[in-house]
Amino acid sequence: MNDAATGTAGHSPAAPSVEPILDVSGVTLQYKTKEHLITATYRVDFQVFESDRFVLLGPSGCGKSTLLKGVAGYMRPVEGTMKLKGRVITEPGPDRVMVFQEFDQLLPWKTVKQNITFALMNGGKCTSKQEANDVAMEYISKVKLERFEDTYPHMLSGGMKQRVAIARGMAMEPDILLMDEPFAALDALTRRQMQEELLQLWDDTKFTVLFVTHSIEEAVIIGSRILILSPHPGQVKAELNAHQMGHGDVGDKDFSQLQEKIHAMIFADRVLEDETLPNV
Amino acid sequence: MSDQSVTSGSIHVRPEFVNEIGTAGTGEVERRLSMFERISNIDPLRKFTILIIMVVAWEMYARIGEINELMFPTFSATGAALVDALVNDSLMVNVWNSLKLLVTGYAIGISIAAVLVVLAVGSRIGSDLLTTLTAMLNPLPAIALLPMAMLWFGLGPGAIIFTLLHSIVWPVALNTHSGFQGVSETLRMVGGNYGLKGLRYIFKILVPAAFPAILTGLRIGWAYAWRTLIAAELVFGGQVVDTSGQLGAEGSTSGGLGWIIFENQMENQTPYVFAGLFMVILVGITVENGFFRNIEERTVRKWGMQKS
Ligand SMILES: Nc1ncnc2c1ncn2[C@@H]1O[C@H](COP(=O)(O)OP(=O)(O)OP(=O)(O)O)[C@@H](O)[C@H]1O
Ligand SMILES: [Mg+2]
Repeated sequence: MNDAATGTAGHSPAAPSVEPILDVSGVTLQYKTKEHLITATYRVDFQVFESDRFVLLGPSGCGKSTLLKGVAGYMRPVEGTMKLKGRVITEPGPDRVMVFQEFDQLLPWKTVKQNITFALMNGGKCTSKQEANDVAMEYISKVKLERFEDTYPHMLSGGMKQRVAIARGMAMEPDILLMDEPFAALDALTRRQMQEELLQLWDDTKFTVLFVTHSIEEAVIIGSRILILSPHPGQVKAELNAHQMGHGDVGDKDFSQLQEKIHAMIFADRVLEDETLPNV
Repeated sequence: MSDQSVTSGSIHVRPEFVNEIGTAGTGEVERRLSMFERISNIDPLRKFTILIIMVVAWEMYARIGEINELMFPTFSATGAALVDALVNDSLMVNVWNSLKLLVTGYAIGISIAAVLVVLAVGSRIGSDLLTTLTAMLNPLPAIALLPMAMLWFGLGPGAIIFTLLHSIVWPVALNTHSGFQGVSETLRMVGGNYGLKGLRYIFKILVPAAFPAILTGLRIGWAYAWRTLIAAELVFGGQVVDTSGQLGAEGSTSGGLGWIIFENQMENQTPYVFAGLFMVILVGITVENGFFRNIEERTVRKWGMQKS
């Protein structure tokens, strides 16, 4: 709440005795196209600890999705290392489950329940169908979709699809849940509701999540810690605390102060940039 | 326009209102459609009506025009010939023989296509191989290979199956491969996220995700193969006559449907030729509606990947 708690400058990770779940150090990620080499992020460092709601925030194109793809194991860094629980990340795996922005992330040939059991069985989380069924039902009810367990994804609304994707991600109980703007394609009302639900689920199980957004408000609501990236190519600009703020605080003085502080940081060196941050 | 509305600048300001939404007056919620609407919604019925009209037109044309039966038999003559051939002759056996060849060729063809596509997914060389082969061989009509096939495999089922393979492998492989390429990046990443790799990844993610394209490939392959088979049997009939000098020397009961058509044409039995053609169409429709429709209904339509 006070200025000391929100942390003003520099790196100040949590107490050194605690081991981070995810340790990203000096990571540069690049895309190779036929003609160009594009650096998406440049020497990014951050650490995610158990039960963090760690938010990556930055303007469009600063490499947030790319960082997440790196952590998920779809991309290898050209420089630096990424370690999950001390092991270097080399390939995708069920210990880091990704929830995407796109609605087409559910397998259309599986029902809501089958989508989750399929993930559980193939991800090696469950060995028997019965066990997978039970776990699936537990998480389906957590996201309040009991009535739709046997429905195919094409008959769900966008918000329901995202709920299933979140349930699927949480059911797999990964070391870290990766969420790439999971609510960006939703309307404002549904988005708000989903943010609330996510925080409630977190209260339940205290899962660790790495959450990407380009909405400052969403970052402050969802995040316990916010990493701010500079515009393309993404570099770490600051890490702020926001664990003391949630939905109830929207419009409060502290809330708007933090929001303004972030806003100022993101826009400070953007005088010459032609992109603008989408409205928040 | 009520007296409460005013115009302020260019904006026409109207009074606000709030409605009480009661349970009483929601109007018509559910109503049975009229008899005619319901009947005309039955898909097979509409199509059947078209068929009836065509049959009547056919019969009238052949009768009123007094056309030589050798050139164009009436529908009734064709029908009678069909029944006769089915009951008293070996038409059914020949259809069965044709289908056996076809299914054998189809199964082998799909297996070959599957191997090619798996190679293409697994490596760049495999992908280059598949695209080059399909680009080269897909435009080549299968029937054009029959002369060479007869030279290599003799006048037996071997030659026919070889040509069938050619008409099946390329469309199936081509459609499956391009279906795979169209699978969205998101679904691919989801598959990777579950730790699926290699064949498990192909069969659990790519195949179902590309199923609409695969089904199209299977359909095209089937249709090409059926046409090729009938054509090949016709050519075979000609070959048998040429080499033995005697019609139907090689077992007149097992030459297949195309052979029956050829044989009846040689004997100027035009209604029986028509009956044979009719049978070709009938088998085609049965497979399409009985088999592919069914698969489509249970898969891509149910999954919402294809609109009904
Ligand atoms: N597949 C790709 N090939 C080449 N360059 C890419 C590719 N994907 C992204 N990039 C580039 O990498 C940079 C970072 O992209 P990224 O998608 O990570 O941005 P982002 O921060 O997620 O943006 P947004 O908020 O709009 O989603 C961009 O400049 C983009 O042009
Ligand atoms: Mg992105």
